Amino acid sequence: MDLQGRAHKFGDDVNTDYIISGRYKFKTLDMKELARHVMEDLDPDFYSKVNKGDFIVAGRNFGCGSSREQAPLAIINADIGAVIAKSFARIFYRNCINTGLPLIECDTDQIDPGDELKVDLEGGVLYNLSKEIEIPITPLPPVMLKILSDGGLVEHFKKYGGFNFE
Amino acid sequence: MGKTIAEKILSHKSGQDAYANDIVVADLDFVMGQDGTSGLAIRAFEDMQAKKVFDPSRIAMVIDHSAPSPLQGVSALHKQMRDFAAQQGIYLYDIGDGVCHQLLPEQGHVVPGDLVIGADSHTCTYGAINVFSTGVGSTDLAAGLVSGKLWFKVPETFKFVLNGKLPAGVYSKDLILYLIGDVSADGATYMAAEYTGEAVDDLSVEARFTMSNMAIEMGAKVGLMRADQKTIDWVQAHSKRVIQAVESDEDARYARIKEYDVSSLEPQVAKPHTVDNVSPITEVVGTPIQQGLIGTCTNGRLEDLRIAASILKGKKIHKDNRLIIAPSSRQVFIQAIREGLIETFVQAGAAVVTPGCGPCVGTHNGVPSDGENVISTANRNFKGRMGNPNAFIYLGSPATVAASVLKGEISDPREHIE
Repeated sequence: MDLQGRAHKFGDDVNTDYIISGRYKFKTLDMKELARHVMEDLDPDFYSKVNKGDFIVAGRNFGCGSSREQAPLAIINADIGAVIAKSFARIFYRNCINTGLPLIECDTDQIDPGDELKVDLEGGVLYNLSKEIEIPITPLPPVMLKILSDGGLVEHFKKYGGFNFE
Repeated sequence: MGKTIAEKILSHKSGQDAYANDIVVADLDFVMGQDGTSGLAIRAFEDMQAKKVFDPSRIAMVIDHSAPSPLQGVSALHKQMRDFAAQQGIYLYDIGDGVCHQLLPEQGHVVPGDLVIGADSHTCTYGAINVFSTGVGSTDLAAGLVSGKLWFKVPETFKFVLNGKLPAGVYSKDLILYLIGDVSADGATYMAAEYTGEAVDDLSVEARFTMSNMAIEMGAKVGLMRADQKTIDWVQAHSKRVIQAVESDEDARYARIKEYDVSSLEPQVAKPHTVDNVSPITEVVGTPIQQGLIGTCTNGRLEDLRIAASILKGKKIHKDNRLIIAPSSRQVFIQAIREGLIETFVQAGAAVVTPGCGPCVGTHNGVPSDGENVISTANRNFKGRMGNPNAFIYLGSPATVAASVLKGEISDPREHIE
């Protein structure tokens, strides 16, 4: 699977309250509506700046804080193709795999705002087309690849009726 | 090779001889969802084409995050939870019953040696009573509801050895804020935190919950403690379930061990807008405050209310301040009424709200205004957390909050301790 788009850059410790604030997420299960408020407290115009397939690029510990699954779902529904960060918080990490949002762990210091990026998930490489460099990415553990390749945890359960990592 | 508490519980529940970094599929003893996460979980449960939950006696849904409902959309989510609970025969805790992380131990659903998931990041709280409990998202919750199982990567353990005795006016909240400030917001990411040492042994079980509750604020999966006699007595007073307490072996392998001497620790305050932005109180004394909050899954227990009331008794909060009190459960609320604590708060000028999470998560019951400073006993001070991105949240102990609203500025609670 190849992903391509522009980088929207954020810092370290972007928590799930910033991704989608509690003042919205309790109101509705309509993810298209929640998506309009994604990253709003860090950048009020973020939603309107995103083109389909763009990337959120961040530093360490992306997705820390609350376990709200509305966070990856709001990102997906804002048409973000993937999140690229130096590291991720663990509940957010699981939630992304379960809901089918690709995560890319790599050194993001070599990515600037607006850079055009292309990601080869199977090949494990990120291309920064603007800077003409390749950045290696950390591969996903086999259990997570299995869930992602089944199309998320709901599809995995529909297929097997429970967990199946044989 | 010896094992940590985390390795032992996950080995036992998976039937595998598991060590750190192994992946296991393990049996769950209890599964919990709240009103911010259960709606999506019920949707995923239906999408999985499931009909029945694995065991209704091991599942609770708790309406606490926006309770009573402040909005039409929230009311629909609450109704969905009530309908699902009635249809499946699971436990439902409705408005006013309390905060999920107070209810699960208090109602005796979780006991030492258990493996528990909750669709709320502060599920790590029950580590204080020797439960491997961790926060998950809604789809993981749905998988738990359907199968009674979940996959886990067995975490490495970060051991905190806390020596010495806490000085008067310094509490477990100050201690955990200090540790988070020291190791940072991702200092224990993917790991189990294990708190040991004399300072932990000296804490009441209620005070221990505060420390385990905030393990997630350093990225940890769970904040574990051994079960000592205090734990066993506390659990037996709340539950009839069989206890299988677990201790780490002498030769268990730790990813990291850090030792601290707590005997000269000062009260600590986390400053806006991250929990690891921690200072000793002496560096922030005098910061003007407009609102205080005492409550939440971190510090809304009876002991917390007693400490706050002892400082506020017979006094009035500053004329330009508001104080919100949210007891952590109906039981805590009732006992606080019996002991006269609620009268003390109301006389002092506080507004007492329904047991629940509202003010802490910004859904209702005390959203601050632009430019205002809040001092809170909660566990998070992220920008916008209390419902307004233009407000500033400081975190401290119940004593620090009580002392601060009396003066209208951040104040050292030790001035009130003989």
